[in-house]
Amino acid sequence: MIPGLLLRRRVTNVVMLSLTGVSTALVLGVLFFILGYITYHGISALDWDFFTKLPKPVGEKGGGMANAIVGTIKLLFLASLIGVPIGFMGGVYLSEYGRKNTAGFLIRYAADLLNGIPSIVMGIFAYTIVVLPMGHFSTVAGGVALGIMMIPIAVRSSEEFLKLVPATVREAGLALGLSEWKVVCFIVIPTAFRGIVTGIMLDLARVAGETAPLLFTAFSNRFWSRGWLEPTASLPVMIYTYAIAPYEDWHRQAWAAGMVLLMLVLGANVVSRLILHRQLKG
Amino acid sequence: MSKPVYVVEKLNAWFGERHVLKDITLNIDPRQVTAIIGPSGCGKSTFIRCLNRLHEIVPGARLAGTILLDGADIHGPGVDPVVIRRRVGMVFQKPNPFPTMSVYDNVAAGLRLNGIRRRTVVDERVEVALKQAALWDEVKDVLLKSGASLSGGQQQRLCIARALAVEPEVLLLDEPCSALDPIATARIEELLLELKKSYTIVIVTHNMQQAARVSDYTGFFLLGELVEFGETRQIFTNPKDRRTEDYITGRFG
Repeated sequence: MIPGLLLRRRVTNVVMLSLTGVSTALVLGVLFFILGYITYHGISALDWDFFTKLPKPVGEKGGGMANAIVGTIKLLFLASLIGVPIGFMGGVYLSEYGRKNTAGFLIRYAADLLNGIPSIVMGIFAYTIVVLPMGHFSTVAGGVALGIMMIPIAVRSSEEFLKLVPATVREAGLALGLSEWKVVCFIVIPTAFRGIVTGIMLDLARVAGETAPLLFTAFSNRFWSRGWLEPTASLPVMIYTYAIAPYEDWHRQAWAAGMVLLMLVLGANVVSRLILHRQLKG
Repeated sequence: MSKPVYVVEKLNAWFGERHVLKDITLNIDPRQVTAIIGPSGCGKSTFIRCLNRLHEIVPGARLAGTILLDGADIHGPGVDPVVIRRRVGMVFQKPNPFPTMSVYDNVAAGLRLNGIRRRTVVDERVEVALKQAALWDEVKDVLLKSGASLSGGQQQRLCIARALAVEPEVLLLDEPCSALDPIATARIEELLLELKKSYTIVIVTHNMQQAARVSDYTGFFLLGELVEFGETRQIFTNPKDRRTEDYITGRFG
Protein backbone atom coordinates (compact mmCIF):
# COMPACT_ATOMS: atom_id res chain seq x y z
CA MET A 1 0.00 0.00 0.00
CA ILE A 2 1.25 3.47 -0.89
CA PRO A 3 1.67 5.43 2.40
CA GLY A 4 0.23 8.66 0.96
CA LEU A 5 -2.92 6.92 -0.22
CA LEU A 6 -3.35 5.21 3.13
CA LEU A 7 -3.03 8.52 4.97
CA ARG A 8 -5.57 10.14 2.67
CA ARG A 9 -8.06 7.35 3.33
CA ARG A 10 -7.59 7.67 7.06
CA VAL A 11 -8.07 11.43 6.97
CA THR A 12 -11.15 11.11 4.77
CA ASN A 13 -12.55 8.51 7.14
CA VAL A 14 -12.04 10.69 10.21
CA VAL A 15 -13.47 13.80 8.52
CA MET A 16 -16.55 11.99 7.20
CA LEU A 17 -17.18 10.22 10.48
CA SER A 18 -16.98 13.50 12.38
CA LEU A 19 -19.34 15.14 9.89
CA THR A 20 -21.98 12.46 10.39
CA GLY A 21 -21.48 12.75 14.15
CA VAL A 22 -21.89 16.52 14.08
CA SER A 23 -25.02 16.28 11.93
CA THR A 24 -26.58 13.79 14.32
CA ALA A 25 -25.69 15.95 17.30
CA LEU A 26 -27.20 19.00 15.57
CA VAL A 27 -30.49 17.28 14.82
CA LEU A 28 -30.78 15.76 18.27
CA GLY A 29 -29.65 19.03 19.81
CA VAL A 30 -32.48 20.97 18.17
CA LEU A 31 -34.97 18.32 19.25
CA PHE A 32 -33.82 18.33 22.87
CA PHE A 33 -33.64 22.10 22.90
CA ILE A 34 -37.29 22.33 21.83
CA LEU A 35 -38.36 19.68 24.32
CA GLY A 36 -36.38 21.33 27.11
CA TYR A 37 -37.62 24.82 26.28
CA ILE A 38 -41.26 23.74 26.27
CA THR A 39 -40.84 21.83 29.51
CA TYR A 40 -39.00 24.73 31.16
CA HIS A 41 -41.78 27.18 30.36
CA GLY A 42 -44.68 24.80 30.68
CA ILE A 43 -43.90 22.98 33.88
CA SER A 44 -44.70 25.95 36.16
CA ALA A 45 -48.30 26.15 34.95
CA LEU A 46 -48.76 22.42 35.00
CA ASP A 47 -50.69 21.38 38.06
CA TRP A 48 -53.67 19.20 38.89
CA ASP A 49 -56.04 22.03 38.03
CA PHE A 50 -54.67 22.19 34.52
CA PHE A 51 -55.92 18.67 33.83
CA THR A 52 -59.23 18.91 35.71
CA LYS A 53 -60.55 22.48 35.55
CA LEU A 54 -62.12 24.55 32.81
CA PRO A 55 -60.50 27.79 31.66
CA LYS A 56 -61.19 30.73 33.98
CA PRO A 57 -62.89 33.85 32.60
CA VAL A 58 -60.59 36.52 31.22
CA GLY A 59 -58.71 38.32 33.94
CA GLU A 60 -58.97 35.61 36.58
CA LYS A 61 -55.89 33.60 37.39
CA GLY A 62 -55.68 29.78 37.46
CA GLY A 63 -58.07 27.35 35.85
CA GLY A 64 -57.14 24.59 33.45
CA MET A 65 -57.65 23.11 30.03
CA ALA A 66 -59.47 19.88 30.81
CA ASN A 67 -61.95 20.56 28.01
CA ALA A 68 -59.17 21.14 25.47
CA ILE A 69 -57.36 17.96 26.44
CA VAL A 70 -60.53 15.90 26.08
CA GLY A 71 -61.36 17.86 22.90
CA THR A 72 -58.02 17.02 21.30
CA ILE A 73 -58.41 13.35 22.21
CA LYS A 74 -61.91 13.32 20.70
CA LEU A 75 -60.71 15.07 17.55
CA LEU A 76 -57.81 12.66 17.09
CA PHE A 77 -60.16 9.72 17.67
CA LEU A 78 -62.50 10.95 14.94
CA ALA A 79 -59.59 11.71 12.64
CA SER A 80 -58.27 8.17 13.11
CA LEU A 81 -61.71 6.71 12.35
CA ILE A 82 -61.53 8.38 8.95
CA GLY A 83 -57.82 8.48 8.21
CA VAL A 84 -56.63 5.08 9.42
CA PRO A 85 -58.97 2.69 7.59
CA ILE A 86 -58.93 4.64 4.33
CA GLY A 87 -55.20 5.23 4.53
CA PHE A 88 -54.35 1.68 5.49
CA MET A 89 -56.59 0.04 2.90
CA GLY A 90 -55.41 2.48 0.24
CA GLY A 91 -51.86 1.50 1.09
CA VAL A 92 -52.71 -2.19 0.77
CA TYR A 93 -54.27 -1.55 -2.62
CA LEU A 94 -51.29 0.42 -3.89
CA SER A 95 -48.73 -2.09 -2.68
CA GLU A 96 -50.53 -5.33 -3.52
CA TYR A 97 -52.68 -4.57 -6.53
CA GLY A 98 -51.76 -1.16 -7.88
CA ARG A 99 -48.00 -1.22 -8.32
CA LYS A 100 -47.95 -0.67 -12.04
CA ASN A 101 -51.49 0.01 -13.23
CA THR A 102 -53.18 3.31 -14.06
CA ALA A 103 -55.43 3.30 -11.01
CA GLY A 104 -52.41 2.87 -8.77
CA PHE A 105 -50.62 5.72 -10.50
CA LEU A 106 -53.63 8.02 -10.14
CA ILE A 107 -54.18 7.20 -6.46
CA ARG A 108 -50.50 7.67 -5.65
CA TYR A 109 -50.46 10.97 -7.51
CA ALA A 110 -53.65 12.14 -5.82
CA ALA A 111 -52.29 11.23 -2.39
CA ASP A 112 -49.12 13.19 -3.02
CA LEU A 113 -51.11 16.20 -4.22
CA LEU A 114 -53.43 15.97 -1.22
CA ASN A 115 -50.41 15.90 1.04
CA GLY A 116 -49.23 19.15 -0.48
CA ILE A 117 -52.48 21.03 0.17
CA PRO A 118 -52.05 23.66 2.90
CA SER A 119 -53.88 22.69 6.06
CA ILE A 120 -55.88 25.90 6.09
CA VAL A 121 -57.36 24.97 2.71
CA MET A 122 -58.33 21.60 4.16
CA GLY A 123 -60.08 23.59 6.90
CA ILE A 124 -62.09 25.56 4.38
CA PHE A 125 -62.99 22.32 2.62
CA ALA A 126 -64.28 20.73 5.83
CA TYR A 127 -66.07 24.00 6.59
CA THR A 128 -67.88 23.79 3.26
CA ILE A 129 -68.88 20.15 3.41
CA VAL A 130 -69.66 19.81 7.13
CA VAL A 131 -70.02 23.14 8.92
CA LEU A 132 -72.18 24.94 6.33
CA PRO A 133 -74.74 22.13 5.90
CA MET A 134 -74.94 21.66 9.68
CA GLY A 135 -75.14 25.37 10.28
CA HIS A 136 -72.64 25.44 13.17
CA PHE A 137 -69.13 24.48 14.21
CA SER A 138 -68.69 21.00 15.64
CA THR A 139 -66.25 18.39 16.88
CA VAL A 140 -67.28 16.19 13.96
CA ALA A 141 -66.25 18.87 11.47
CA GLY A 142 -62.84 19.15 13.11
CA GLY A 143 -62.44 15.38 13.04
CA VAL A 144 -63.32 15.31 9.34
CA ALA A 145 -60.74 18.00 8.54
CA LEU A 146 -57.98 16.21 10.46
CA GLY A 147 -59.08 12.79 9.14
CA ILE A 148 -58.78 13.90 5.53
CA MET A 149 -55.38 15.35 6.33
CA MET A 150 -54.27 11.99 7.69
CA ILE A 151 -55.17 10.02 4.58
CA PRO A 152 -52.28 10.83 2.21
CA ILE A 153 -49.51 10.06 4.68
CA ALA A 154 -51.26 6.95 5.99
CA VAL A 155 -51.67 5.69 2.40
CA ARG A 156 -48.11 6.30 1.35
CA SER A 157 -46.42 5.10 4.52
CA SER A 158 -48.54 1.92 4.63
CA GLU A 159 -47.69 1.31 0.99
CA GLU A 160 -43.98 1.76 1.58
CA PHE A 161 -43.88 -0.58 4.56
CA LEU A 162 -45.88 -3.24 2.69
CA LYS A 163 -43.52 -2.96 -0.26
CA LEU A 164 -40.64 -3.75 2.07
CA VAL A 165 -42.03 -7.24 2.62
CA PRO A 166 -39.74 -9.37 0.44
CA ALA A 167 -41.16 -11.02 -2.67
CA THR A 168 -39.74 -14.30 -1.36
CA VAL A 169 -42.12 -14.18 1.60
CA ARG A 170 -45.10 -13.64 -0.69
CA GLU A 171 -43.96 -16.49 -2.93
CA ALA A 172 -43.56 -18.76 0.08
CA GLY A 173 -47.21 -18.11 0.91
CA LEU A 174 -48.43 -18.67 -2.63
CA ALA A 175 -46.36 -21.85 -2.91
CA LEU A 176 -48.21 -23.22 0.11
CA GLY A 177 -51.37 -23.12 -1.95
CA LEU A 178 -52.82 -20.05 -0.30
CA SER A 179 -54.99 -17.72 -2.31
CA GLU A 180 -53.65 -14.25 -2.93
CA TRP A 181 -55.95 -12.50 -0.47
CA LYS A 182 -54.94 -14.88 2.31
CA VAL A 183 -51.28 -14.25 1.61
CA VAL A 184 -51.92 -10.51 1.78
CA CYS A 185 -54.10 -10.60 4.92
CA PHE A 186 -52.32 -13.22 7.00
CA ILE A 187 -48.71 -13.04 5.87
CA VAL A 188 -47.84 -9.77 4.17
CA ILE A 189 -49.80 -7.38 6.40
CA PRO A 190 -48.66 -8.96 9.70
CA THR A 191 -45.07 -8.80 8.46
CA ALA A 192 -45.38 -5.08 7.74
CA PHE A 193 -47.64 -4.32 10.71
CA ARG A 194 -45.07 -2.72 12.98
CA GLY A 195 -43.99 -0.33 10.28
CA ILE A 196 -47.55 0.50 9.32
CA VAL A 197 -48.45 1.35 12.92
CA THR A 198 -45.32 3.48 13.30
CA GLY A 199 -46.25 5.38 10.14
CA ILE A 200 -49.78 5.97 11.37
CA MET A 201 -48.57 7.15 14.79
CA LEU A 202 -46.31 9.71 13.10
CA ASP A 203 -49.24 10.76 10.96
CA LEU A 204 -51.42 11.17 14.05
CA ALA A 205 -48.69 13.20 15.73
CA ARG A 206 -48.60 15.50 12.75
CA VAL A 207 -52.32 16.27 12.72
CA ALA A 208 -52.41 16.50 16.53
CA GLY A 209 -50.67 19.85 16.24
CA GLU A 210 -52.77 21.24 13.40
CA THR A 211 -54.42 24.51 14.31
CA ALA A 212 -55.56 26.23 11.14
CA PRO A 213 -58.14 23.66 9.99
CA LEU A 214 -59.68 23.57 13.47
CA LEU A 215 -60.35 27.31 13.49
CA PHE A 216 -62.99 26.79 10.78
CA THR A 217 -64.39 23.53 12.00
CA ALA A 218 -64.16 22.57 15.68
CA PHE A 219 -63.73 26.26 16.49
CA SER A 220 -63.19 26.54 20.23
CA ASN A 221 -65.15 26.41 23.43
CA ARG A 222 -64.60 27.87 26.89
CA PHE A 223 -66.76 25.12 28.36
CA TRP A 224 -67.23 21.39 28.04
CA SER A 225 -68.36 20.30 24.62
CA ARG A 226 -71.34 18.01 25.07
CA GLY A 227 -71.44 15.18 22.53
CA TRP A 228 -69.90 15.43 19.10
CA LEU A 229 -72.02 18.12 17.49
CA GLU A 230 -70.91 21.10 19.54
CA PRO A 231 -67.79 23.14 18.98
CA THR A 232 -64.91 21.96 21.12
CA ALA A 233 -61.74 23.38 22.54
CA SER A 234 -58.53 21.73 21.45
CA LEU A 235 -54.96 22.11 22.62
CA PRO A 236 -53.50 23.66 19.44
CA VAL A 237 -56.25 26.28 19.22
CA MET A 238 -55.89 27.00 22.94
CA ILE A 239 -52.16 27.44 22.48
CA TYR A 240 -52.82 29.85 19.64
CA THR A 241 -55.41 31.83 21.59
CA TYR A 242 -53.47 31.93 24.84
CA ALA A 243 -50.09 32.66 23.31
CA ILE A 244 -51.28 35.83 21.56
CA ALA A 245 -53.27 37.07 24.56
CA PRO A 246 -51.78 39.89 26.64
CA TYR A 247 -51.74 37.99 29.97
CA GLU A 248 -48.65 36.53 31.58
CA ASP A 249 -50.65 33.72 33.17
CA TRP A 250 -52.12 32.70 29.80
CA HIS A 251 -48.69 32.53 28.23
CA ARG A 252 -47.58 30.08 30.89
CA GLN A 253 -50.70 28.02 30.29
CA ALA A 254 -50.03 28.02 26.55
CA TRP A 255 -46.61 26.53 27.22
CA ALA A 256 -48.18 23.96 29.52
CA ALA A 257 -50.71 23.10 26.79
CA GLY A 258 -47.82 22.60 24.37
CA MET A 259 -46.21 20.25 26.82
CA VAL A 260 -49.40 18.26 27.32
CA LEU A 261 -49.89 17.96 23.55
CA LEU A 262 -46.35 16.65 23.28
CA MET A 263 -46.94 14.15 26.07
CA LEU A 264 -50.18 12.96 24.45
CA VAL A 265 -48.40 12.20 21.20
CA LEU A 266 -45.46 10.64 23.00
CA GLY A 267 -47.78 8.57 25.21
CA ALA A 268 -49.73 7.23 22.22
CA ASN A 269 -46.45 6.33 20.58
CA VAL A 270 -45.09 4.49 23.60
CA VAL A 271 -48.33 2.61 24.20
CA SER A 272 -48.57 1.44 20.59
CA ARG A 273 -44.97 0.29 20.70
CA LEU A 274 -45.51 -1.63 23.93
CA ILE A 275 -48.55 -3.38 22.48
CA LEU A 276 -46.65 -4.30 19.33
CA HIS A 277 -43.69 -5.54 21.32
CA ARG A 278 -45.84 -7.80 23.45
CA GLN A 279 -47.68 -9.12 20.41
CA LEU A 280 -44.47 -10.12 18.71
CA LYS A 281 -43.24 -12.02 21.73
CA GLY A 282 -46.52 -13.89 22.27
CA MET B 1 -42.47 -48.70 -14.83
CA SER B 2 -44.91 -46.68 -12.80
CA LYS B 3 -46.85 -43.86 -14.33
CA PRO B 4 -44.99 -40.52 -14.32
CA VAL B 5 -46.21 -37.80 -11.95
CA TYR B 6 -45.39 -35.03 -14.38
CA VAL B 7 -45.49 -35.22 -18.13
CA VAL B 8 -44.00 -32.06 -19.60
CA GLU B 9 -44.38 -31.56 -23.30
CA LYS B 10 -42.93 -28.80 -25.46
CA LEU B 11 -42.86 -26.36 -22.59
CA ASN B 12 -41.85 -22.84 -23.60
CA ALA B 13 -41.62 -19.89 -21.26
CA TRP B 14 -40.97 -16.20 -21.68
CA PHE B 15 -40.28 -13.16 -19.54
CA GLY B 16 -41.55 -10.38 -21.76
CA GLU B 17 -39.63 -10.85 -25.01
CA ARG B 18 -36.99 -13.10 -23.47
CA HIS B 19 -37.48 -16.73 -24.39
CA VAL B 20 -36.14 -18.59 -21.35
CA LEU B 21 -37.39 -22.15 -21.90
CA LYS B 22 -37.44 -23.80 -25.30
CA ASP B 23 -39.42 -26.95 -26.07
CA ILE B 24 -38.75 -28.76 -22.82
CA THR B 25 -40.07 -32.31 -22.87
CA LEU B 26 -39.51 -34.71 -20.01
CA ASN B 27 -41.24 -36.99 -17.52
CA ILE B 28 -40.85 -36.99 -13.77
CA ASP B 29 -41.32 -40.31 -12.05
CA PRO B 30 -42.99 -40.81 -8.69
CA ARG B 31 -40.92 -41.22 -5.53
CA GLN B 32 -37.70 -40.40 -7.30
CA VAL B 33 -35.38 -37.45 -7.00
CA THR B 34 -35.01 -35.60 -10.27
CA ALA B 35 -32.18 -33.09 -10.39
CA ILE B 36 -32.03 -30.15 -12.77
CA ILE B 37 -28.52 -28.89 -13.40
CA GLY B 38 -27.03 -26.23 -15.63
CA PRO B 39 -25.25 -22.89 -15.53
CA SER B 40 -26.87 -19.75 -14.13
CA GLY B 41 -29.59 -18.27 -16.27
CA CYS B 42 -30.26 -21.47 -18.18
CA GLY B 43 -33.90 -21.63 -17.10
CA LYS B 44 -33.66 -24.23 -14.31
CA SER B 45 -35.55 -22.16 -11.78
CA THR B 46 -38.10 -21.02 -14.33
CA PHE B 47 -38.69 -24.66 -15.20
CA ILE B 48 -39.61 -25.75 -11.69
CA ARG B 49 -41.58 -22.57 -11.14
CA CYS B 50 -43.71 -23.65 -14.08
CA LEU B 51 -44.42 -26.94 -12.34
CA ASN B 52 -46.41 -25.23 -9.56
CA ARG B 53 -47.64 -22.33 -11.66
CA LEU B 54 -45.50 -19.83 -9.80
CA HIS B 55 -43.95 -18.63 -13.06
CA GLU B 56 -47.13 -16.83 -14.00
CA ILE B 57 -47.15 -14.49 -10.99
CA VAL B 58 -44.21 -12.55 -12.40
CA PRO B 59 -45.50 -9.60 -14.46
CA GLY B 60 -44.88 -10.19 -18.16
CA ALA B 61 -44.31 -13.92 -17.78
CA ARG B 62 -45.85 -16.23 -20.39
CA LEU B 63 -45.84 -19.91 -21.10
CA ALA B 64 -46.83 -22.39 -23.80
CA GLY B 65 -46.91 -26.16 -24.02
CA THR B 66 -48.46 -28.67 -21.67
CA ILE B 67 -47.67 -29.87 -18.18
CA LEU B 68 -49.68 -32.84 -17.01
CA LEU B 69 -49.81 -33.57 -13.29
CA ASP B 70 -51.19 -37.08 -12.76
CA GLY B 71 -52.50 -36.96 -16.29
CA ALA B 72 -54.40 -33.68 -15.94
CA ASP B 73 -53.29 -30.42 -17.57
CA ILE B 74 -52.35 -27.98 -14.81
CA HIS B 75 -53.19 -25.09 -17.14
CA GLY B 76 -56.49 -26.62 -18.19
CA PRO B 77 -59.61 -24.47 -18.18
CA GLY B 78 -61.00 -23.97 -14.71
CA VAL B 79 -57.89 -25.26 -12.95
CA ASP B 80 -57.14 -23.04 -9.99
CA PRO B 81 -53.40 -22.45 -9.54
CA VAL B 82 -54.02 -22.42 -5.78
CA VAL B 83 -55.12 -26.06 -5.95
CA ILE B 84 -52.03 -27.03 -7.95
CA ARG B 85 -49.77 -25.30 -5.45
CA ARG B 86 -51.44 -27.10 -2.60
CA ARG B 87 -50.48 -30.40 -4.23
CA VAL B 88 -46.97 -29.27 -5.10
CA GLY B 89 -44.83 -27.88 -2.28
CA MET B 90 -41.83 -25.66 -2.88
CA VAL B 91 -38.66 -24.74 -1.05
CA PHE B 92 -36.72 -21.71 -2.20
CA GLN B 93 -33.09 -20.78 -2.64
CA LYS B 94 -32.92 -18.49 0.36
CA PRO B 95 -34.63 -19.71 3.52
CA ASN B 96 -37.80 -17.63 3.75
CA PRO B 97 -39.67 -18.36 6.96
CA PHE B 98 -42.55 -15.98 7.65
CA PRO B 99 -40.70 -13.33 9.66
CA THR B 100 -43.34 -12.50 12.25
CA MET B 101 -44.33 -16.08 12.98
CA SER B 102 -42.96 -18.50 15.54
CA VAL B 103 -41.42 -21.83 14.55
CA TYR B 104 -44.73 -23.54 15.28
CA ASP B 105 -46.83 -20.98 13.42
CA ASN B 106 -44.58 -21.18 10.38
CA VAL B 107 -45.24 -24.88 10.02
CA ALA B 108 -48.91 -24.54 10.95
CA ALA B 109 -49.50 -21.61 8.58
CA GLY B 110 -50.33 -23.71 5.53
CA LEU B 111 -52.74 -25.84 7.51
CA ARG B 112 -54.52 -23.09 9.38
CA LEU B 113 -54.85 -20.82 6.39
CA ASN B 114 -56.21 -23.73 4.39
CA GLY B 115 -58.93 -24.14 6.99
CA ILE B 116 -57.56 -26.88 9.27
CA ARG B 117 -57.89 -25.43 12.74
CA ARG B 118 -58.49 -28.33 15.12
CA ARG B 119 -55.76 -27.91 17.71
CA THR B 120 -54.99 -31.62 18.05
CA VAL B 121 -54.77 -32.12 14.30
CA VAL B 122 -52.53 -29.09 13.78
CA ASP B 123 -50.29 -30.06 16.70
CA GLU B 124 -49.81 -33.52 15.30
CA ARG B 125 -49.18 -32.44 11.73
CA VAL B 126 -46.66 -29.82 12.87
CA GLU B 127 -44.76 -32.41 14.87
CA VAL B 128 -44.78 -34.92 12.02
CA ALA B 129 -43.61 -32.31 9.52
CA LEU B 130 -40.81 -31.13 11.79
CA LYS B 131 -39.73 -34.71 12.34
CA GLN B 132 -39.79 -35.39 8.59
CA ALA B 133 -37.62 -32.34 8.11
CA ALA B 134 -35.21 -33.64 10.80
CA LEU B 135 -35.70 -30.48 12.81
CA TRP B 136 -37.95 -31.63 15.65
CA ASP B 137 -35.21 -32.49 18.13
CA GLU B 138 -33.57 -29.10 17.67
CA VAL B 139 -36.68 -26.96 17.96
CA LYS B 140 -39.11 -28.86 20.15
CA ASP B 141 -38.25 -26.60 23.09
CA VAL B 142 -38.32 -23.35 21.14
CA LEU B 143 -41.51 -23.82 19.15
CA LEU B 144 -42.79 -20.42 20.23
CA LYS B 145 -39.64 -18.53 19.36
CA SER B 146 -39.48 -16.58 16.12
CA GLY B 147 -38.66 -18.71 13.09
CA ALA B 148 -36.19 -16.07 12.00
CA SER B 149 -34.10 -16.71 15.13
CA LEU B 150 -32.99 -20.15 13.89
CA SER B 151 -29.73 -20.68 12.04
CA GLY B 152 -29.72 -20.65 8.24
CA GLY B 153 -29.69 -24.44 7.94
CA GLN B 154 -32.45 -24.77 10.51
CA GLN B 155 -34.49 -22.11 8.73
CA GLN B 156 -34.23 -24.04 5.48
CA ARG B 157 -35.39 -27.24 7.19
CA LEU B 158 -38.17 -25.17 8.74
CA CYS B 159 -39.21 -24.18 5.24
CA ILE B 160 -39.14 -27.83 4.20
CA ALA B 161 -41.30 -28.70 7.21
CA ARG B 162 -43.68 -25.88 6.30
CA ALA B 163 -44.00 -27.27 2.78
CA LEU B 164 -44.48 -30.84 4.06
CA ALA B 165 -47.09 -29.94 6.65
CA VAL B 166 -49.78 -29.50 4.00
CA GLU B 167 -48.95 -32.99 2.71
CA PRO B 168 -48.16 -32.25 -0.91
CA GLU B 169 -47.59 -34.92 -3.54
CA VAL B 170 -44.53 -33.32 -5.03
CA LEU B 171 -41.74 -31.29 -3.44
CA LEU B 172 -39.88 -28.76 -5.58
CA LEU B 173 -36.58 -27.43 -4.29
CA ASP B 174 -34.93 -24.46 -5.95
CA GLU B 175 -31.23 -24.60 -5.02
CA PRO B 176 -32.14 -25.24 -1.40
CA CYS B 177 -28.53 -25.51 -0.23
CA SER B 178 -26.88 -22.64 -2.04
CA ALA B 179 -27.03 -20.41 1.05
CA LEU B 180 -25.96 -23.16 3.47
CA ASP B 181 -22.64 -24.46 4.74
CA PRO B 182 -21.47 -28.02 3.92
CA ILE B 183 -22.75 -29.51 7.18
CA ALA B 184 -26.24 -28.06 6.79
CA THR B 185 -26.12 -29.14 3.15
CA ALA B 186 -25.28 -32.71 4.12
CA ARG B 187 -28.25 -32.78 6.50
CA ILE B 188 -30.63 -31.58 3.78
CA GLU B 189 -29.29 -34.18 1.36
CA GLU B 190 -29.77 -36.97 3.90
CA LEU B 191 -33.26 -35.66 4.39
CA LEU B 192 -34.03 -35.80 0.66
CA LEU B 193 -33.05 -39.47 0.51
CA GLU B 194 -35.43 -40.10 3.39
CA LEU B 195 -38.24 -38.01 1.91
CA LYS B 196 -38.16 -39.62 -1.50
CA LYS B 197 -39.70 -42.72 0.05
CA SER B 198 -42.97 -40.84 0.19
CA TYR B 199 -42.60 -37.82 -2.07
CA THR B 200 -41.69 -37.04 -5.65
CA ILE B 201 -38.83 -34.58 -5.52
CA VAL B 202 -37.49 -32.17 -8.10
CA ILE B 203 -34.36 -30.30 -7.10
CA VAL B 204 -32.57 -27.53 -8.96
CA THR B 205 -28.92 -27.35 -8.08
CA HIS B 206 -25.73 -25.62 -9.09
CA ASN B 207 -23.75 -28.26 -7.38
CA MET B 208 -23.09 -31.25 -9.64
CA GLN B 209 -21.79 -33.42 -6.82
CA GLN B 210 -25.07 -32.80 -5.08
CA ALA B 211 -27.04 -33.89 -8.12
CA ALA B 212 -24.87 -37.00 -8.39
CA ARG B 213 -25.32 -37.79 -4.69
CA VAL B 214 -29.04 -37.35 -4.27
CA SER B 215 -30.79 -37.81 -7.57
CA ASP B 216 -32.06 -40.73 -9.60
CA TYR B 217 -32.63 -38.72 -12.76
CA THR B 218 -30.83 -35.66 -14.01
CA GLY B 219 -31.70 -33.11 -16.63
CA PHE B 220 -29.04 -30.78 -18.00
CA PHE B 221 -30.30 -27.38 -19.10
CA LEU B 222 -28.35 -24.97 -21.26
CA LEU B 223 -29.57 -21.64 -22.58
CA GLY B 224 -33.18 -22.62 -22.05
CA GLU B 225 -32.90 -25.99 -23.74
CA LEU B 226 -32.94 -29.41 -22.20
CA VAL B 227 -29.70 -30.81 -23.56
CA GLU B 228 -29.92 -34.21 -21.99
CA PHE B 229 -32.16 -36.07 -19.60
CA GLY B 230 -31.63 -39.52 -18.18
CA GLU B 231 -30.64 -41.63 -15.23
CA THR B 232 -28.18 -39.77 -13.07
CA ARG B 233 -25.58 -42.52 -13.29
CA GLN B 234 -25.70 -42.45 -17.06
CA ILE B 235 -25.55 -38.65 -17.26
CA PHE B 236 -22.51 -38.49 -15.03
CA THR B 237 -20.61 -41.50 -16.34
CA ASN B 238 -21.61 -41.73 -19.92
CA PRO B 239 -23.22 -38.54 -21.19
CA LYS B 240 -24.49 -38.73 -24.73
CA ASP B 241 -24.13 -35.08 -25.55
CA ARG B 242 -20.78 -33.39 -25.85
CA ARG B 243 -22.06 -30.29 -24.03
CA THR B 244 -23.20 -32.33 -21.03
CA GLU B 245 -19.80 -33.91 -20.81
CA ASP B 246 -18.08 -30.54 -21.01
CA TYR B 247 -20.29 -29.15 -18.26
CA ILE B 248 -20.00 -32.00 -15.79
CA THR B 249 -16.28 -32.29 -16.24
CA GLY B 250 -15.94 -28.57 -15.62
CA ARG B 251 -14.53 -27.78 -19.03
CA PHE B 252 -17.41 -25.49 -19.70
CA GLY B 253 -16.96 -21.74 -20.06
